[in-house]
Amino acid sequence: MLPWLLRRLLSRAIIVWLAATATFALVSLTPGDITQHLEGKRIAPEARERWRRNFGLDRPVPLRYLHWLAALSRGDLGYSWLYHRDVAGVLAATLPRTLLLTGLGLTLEVLGGIAVALVQIRRPHGFVDRLLNTITLTAYALPAFWTGLLLIYLFAYRIPLFPPSHMLSPTGELATGWQRAGDLLSHLLLPAVTIGLAGVGAIARYLRGSLLDERLEHYVLAARARGCSMSRAMWVHALPNALLPLVTVVGMSLPFLVSGSLVVEVVFAWPGMGRAMYEAALARDVPLLMGGTLVGATAVVAGNLAADALYAVVDPRVRT
Amino acid sequence: MTVWQWLRAPNPRLLAGATAFLLLAAASVVGPWFTADPAEILDPRHSSLLPPLSSCTHLRLRDGTVLVVRDAAVVGSALHARHGGRALTVPLEQVAAREDRFHLLGTDTLGRDVLSRLLHGGRISLAVGGSALLLALGVGIAVGMTAGWVGGVVDAVLMRLVDALLAIPTVFLLLFLAAVLRPGLGPLVLLLGFSAWTGVARLVRGQVLSLKEREFVLAARGLGASPLRVALTHLLPNAVTPLAQDAALLLSDLILLEASLSFLGLGVPPPHPSWGNMVAEGQEVLLQAWWLALVPGAAVAFTVMAAAVCADGLSETARGARHETT
Repeated sequence: MLPWLLRRLLSRAIIVWLAATATFALVSLTPGDITQHLEGKRIAPEARERWRRNFGLDRPVPLRYLHWLAALSRGDLGYSWLYHRDVAGVLAATLPRTLLLTGLGLTLEVLGGIAVALVQIRRPHGFVDRLLNTITLTAYALPAFWTGLLLIYLFAYRIPLFPPSHMLSPTGELATGWQRAGDLLSHLLLPAVTIGLAGVGAIARYLRGSLLDERLEHYVLAARARGCSMSRAMWVHALPNALLPLVTVVGMSLPFLVSGSLVVEVVFAWPGMGRAMYEAALARDVPLLMGGTLVGATAVVAGNLAADALYAVVDPRVRT
Repeated sequence: MTVWQWLRAPNPRLLAGATAFLLLAAASVVGPWFTADPAEILDPRHSSLLPPLSSCTHLRLRDGTVLVVRDAAVVGSALHARHGGRALTVPLEQVAAREDRFHLLGTDTLGRDVLSRLLHGGRISLAVGGSALLLALGVGIAVGMTAGWVGGVVDAVLMRLVDALLAIPTVFLLLFLAAVLRPGLGPLVLLLGFSAWTGVARLVRGQVLSLKEREFVLAARGLGASPLRVALTHLLPNAVTPLAQDAALLLSDLILLEASLSFLGLGVPPPHPSWGNMVAEGQEVLLQAWWLALVPGAAVAFTVMAAAVCADGLSETARGARHETT
């Protein structure tokens, strides 16, 4: 188990390094540099030269790359021009909020997907199954920003149940303890549901497929022969087996956990990493974009690794 | 399974999805010829945010001013109408031209016809998504074929590059590229294509690896066929089915991504209508005119659904074909 993990760890570390290098290459090899985006065109040539020197842009690209890697290994991701603070600080402040939002979204998505698939499997190809198939397909096709707007219109304005945007209301900002948590939750619910709706279709469709396969397995037949009801056979015997490959599906959807919430964060003005990245893109804050991309890639690779490891724990056959 | 066999007993999902998609594409291509100019802005204060199914009249007066009025009626030698909230009476000799308009889907904040913008936006969205798909397929097939066929160091290098790019969350990659590149339709196609080719490359490489040891490929090589000939006449045709499924799903992804980017203001630049930036414009007047955001979003959803149903049908067909042969 341990050498397996170590080997995986090493190959994944190389992938992160390559991804970081790719972002560096994209910035260095595209025409135009930081000074152009930074100050517009009305800037004295001497001042521009000073900027370039300060950012080390007067040095050749390979040397800059080495310096950048050295800084990276110290955990220094550079300085954000937009927020006027170090990139690592901006990301450390915003990433937990994104993980909170997408974590809840993903939980809703998985639980909803399991529930829908279990209802569908009661009578495959029946009316309910077909109806839910159509609904999950629609949910998959709806653009997240649009679902978000629809939910805001319906449940924040028409029926004012939830606040339309932001993470805390002004009163919640001052409150502590349960009151603050309650305020946070009421702000959290609409965006989390938006995220969950976008992914529930994929989970339900996948799980329905594997449950349909499991239905025909001998152990289900054996359970039925012992007098076990069909729904119990599905719940107790088939579901754990069908959930196994779902670990990989959820692992594959981890990029979404970090970045998929971006559009939703913008719609709901949720102050997470996605919104910071969006504002960085509008302001051409390249250091923040590079740092965020790198953190995103690391999170994805770490998530995939965790999914692999989890899979190896649950299913010893893959440990080769 | 040949085309003729399929036409005799078509897969219902594939048929439905493809029909819906083609109808949509046809409407987007042909429709704009029959609708008003989507960029036409006349008297915006009085023609904006008309609800769906409303009609109005464009009056061009002799002094050159253009008025957009409603409930126009000629009584005697004067024309009576409502202009904004007020009653308006214009002597008929002052009216140079009169044109009645019907807005099936209403008008937007600047008084532009939503239906014609929707069709034009569809043209742009589908063209951008389609070109990005072609770009991704071209690059992905070339890289995947090379990696799978040559193997060794080339394969290792190319596939590590693919792994690295796949590790970067797509939306971040797109934002990153959108910030580095200049905005415009060309760069948009480039960056969407660049974000999507990696999956295709991985798929094609897998197909090539499994096909290249098969007898018919060995026979072709033994007969002296060049690698390019083997790739185009033996490998590609055998990889068409999984590629087609992947392409259909990829197209729906690309259309969603384009819509998201345009919604964020980083995609299709605003004078051009696109479904994404139409939703963004509608967002600003969500409370007064909810249909402005609703309609283009529904168009995106419909397109994505059609493409997804196509992909479903394709995989069903492939499974059916496999059952027939085994």
